[in-house]
Amino acid sequence: MIAHTRPSAHFILEKYVIKRILALSALAVSTVTAAPASAQQTILNTSYDIARELFTAINPKFQADWKAKSGQDLNIEQSFAGSSRQAQAILQGLKADLVTFNQITDVDTLAQRGLIKKDWQKAFPNNSSPYYSTIAFLVRKGNPKQIKTWDDLTRDDVKLVFPNPKTSGNARYSYLGAWLYANEKFGGDDAKNRAFVGKLLKNVESFPTGGRGATVAFAQNNQGDALLTFESEVNNIAASDEFKALGLEVVVPPVSVLAEFPVAVVDRVADEKGTRKVAEAYLNYLYTPEIQKLLASFYYRVHDKAVVQETAKQFPAIKLINPQDVLGAWDDISKTHFASGGVLDQLLAQGR
Amino acid sequence: MSFFKQHPTLPGFGLSFGVSALFITLVILVPLAGLLAYLSNMSGAQFLAAVTDPRVVASYRVTLTGAAYSTLIALVVGLLLAWVLVRYRFPGRELLDALVDLPFALPTAVAGLTLSVLLAPNGWVGQWLAPFGIKVSYAFPGLVIAMVFTSLPFVVRSVQPVLAEMGPEYEEASHTLGATDWQTTWRVILPALVPAIFTGASQAFIRSLGEFGAVVMIAGNIPYTTEITSLMIFVRLSEYDYAAASAIASVVLGASLLLLFLLQVLQGRLLPWQRPGV
Repeated sequence: MIAHTRPSAHFILEKYVIKRILALSALAVSTVTAAPASAQQTILNTSYDIARELFTAINPKFQADWKAKSGQDLNIEQSFAGSSRQAQAILQGLKADLVTFNQITDVDTLAQRGLIKKDWQKAFPNNSSPYYSTIAFLVRKGNPKQIKTWDDLTRDDVKLVFPNPKTSGNARYSYLGAWLYANEKFGGDDAKNRAFVGKLLKNVESFPTGGRGATVAFAQNNQGDALLTFESEVNNIAASDEFKALGLEVVVPPVSVLAEFPVAVVDRVADEKGTRKVAEAYLNYLYTPEIQKLLASFYYRVHDKAVVQETAKQFPAIKLINPQDVLGAWDDISKTHFASGGVLDQLLAQGR
Repeated sequence: MSFFKQHPTLPGFGLSFGVSALFITLVILVPLAGLLAYLSNMSGAQFLAAVTDPRVVASYRVTLTGAAYSTLIALVVGLLLAWVLVRYRFPGRELLDALVDLPFALPTAVAGLTLSVLLAPNGWVGQWLAPFGIKVSYAFPGLVIAMVFTSLPFVVRSVQPVLAEMGPEYEEASHTLGATDWQTTWRVILPALVPAIFTGASQAFIRSLGEFGAVVMIAGNIPYTTEITSLMIFVRLSEYDYAAASAIASVVLGASLLLLFLLQVLQGRLLPWQRPGV
């Protein structure tokens, strides 16, 4: 016969205390998750690699502006990586509400797969591009190799650093800048263009995977004589606290490529999450005079006439060539030059 | 007796077998199946084209030579490190032991970045090499060093337990029989370590084959010269060519599996006393 003994302390603990604790925590969790979510909205902005400082400055301003206009608390999450990687991440399921890229092709890829509507460029002014830039060179103090234009980059004694054109939009613009310059210079002779750009690619010492990796290689690790990247980045590096002491100089060539920075709402995600209004307001906010001035302070070129006049001294008046005017639609440019086996691949394979 | 009807001494065999099989399926087999699913969309000709592209083949060469050099270096350094850690007692021994695991804990991108800054012409170590014209960062030597960094722990951790288990009695016996130190090392200690060395070296080699973060930060990534296969996979992904990326990945995977299999067979042949059930 089983002896009936008083329940031991252990048994009491198990039966009563733990069960109570579990019940209470279940209640607490359900209360927290059941709380109305409208008190705070979260949006995710995916940007290109070198936009960190820019959006760190813009986001708090928009949060304040949105709070004033709608009384809602807004949480803006940011993601920074090469813009092709960001596009891929979104294709593979990243729930980004809006994108602020540095290459139109990456937004087009999302549009083709149905995540953004096809006529996204009409959604915002200036072809959905609140700011634009071009490719400039960063050189060593005193410009010892006297690098002034694209021609100088093809000299035998000049070594270059810029990101890998296969993975970085930044680098693809450098390639296009070289190509368009050669095109102008040689009057459209394809063979001469190829020779020019091929020589430039041969002079590259290192192909880091992203814009910031290239900055580290050039500024920190002393690789190469010139760094090719966006004009905004070139100016920001030269003036930054980290590298001011190096006395790096900015060289903006007289002819360069027009790099429009597209922005778009990721329609599928915004509709799903109900954040369309916020996302559109955010992107429209980038066109307001206050933010256009802020953009100019980061050395991005803007369209707002008043700001352009004010900041004329910062931006040398140079000839900017739009790749679409010379080489056709972005789709064609990608297929001809940057796809597997395209011109870029052929030039890199030369002589190896 | 059928496998599933055996009654081992420890209870819970069915459940533990089931749980282990589930985890292996989820973590290893499902991703592999995904890879094969992408591959099945390609025709044989497309697969061959993706895998034999000259730039990809050049990357195989770079990766294999880099992995070979780095495995040799890791082997020598790792053996030495394991020997020192096991056979000697000195202040800081435990710290050194813990530091050996650092490459496992550190994000590989951080490792690569730190190494590239250290070995650059104006870095702490690089500045001593620069006057001799030796370029380490953004060149092939940097690639090898990054691979050594990430694969060293495999060698050390493979050899350490075996060495620790080998008591001093073998060396003592060998000395009493008149062997010199060199003969003792070469003919008594090292042969006993051979399986551990094989295992460590193969793990180090396979890790180096697939290493991405540490290497792309320091290698320079010049196509045909310092571009590794993992970067080629990444490049194909950037072109949205998932099929080609899977094709190249399957080649690396196949090579690793083949190597592991060969090593198992070799061990069985060369060291008959290591075969189970003998």
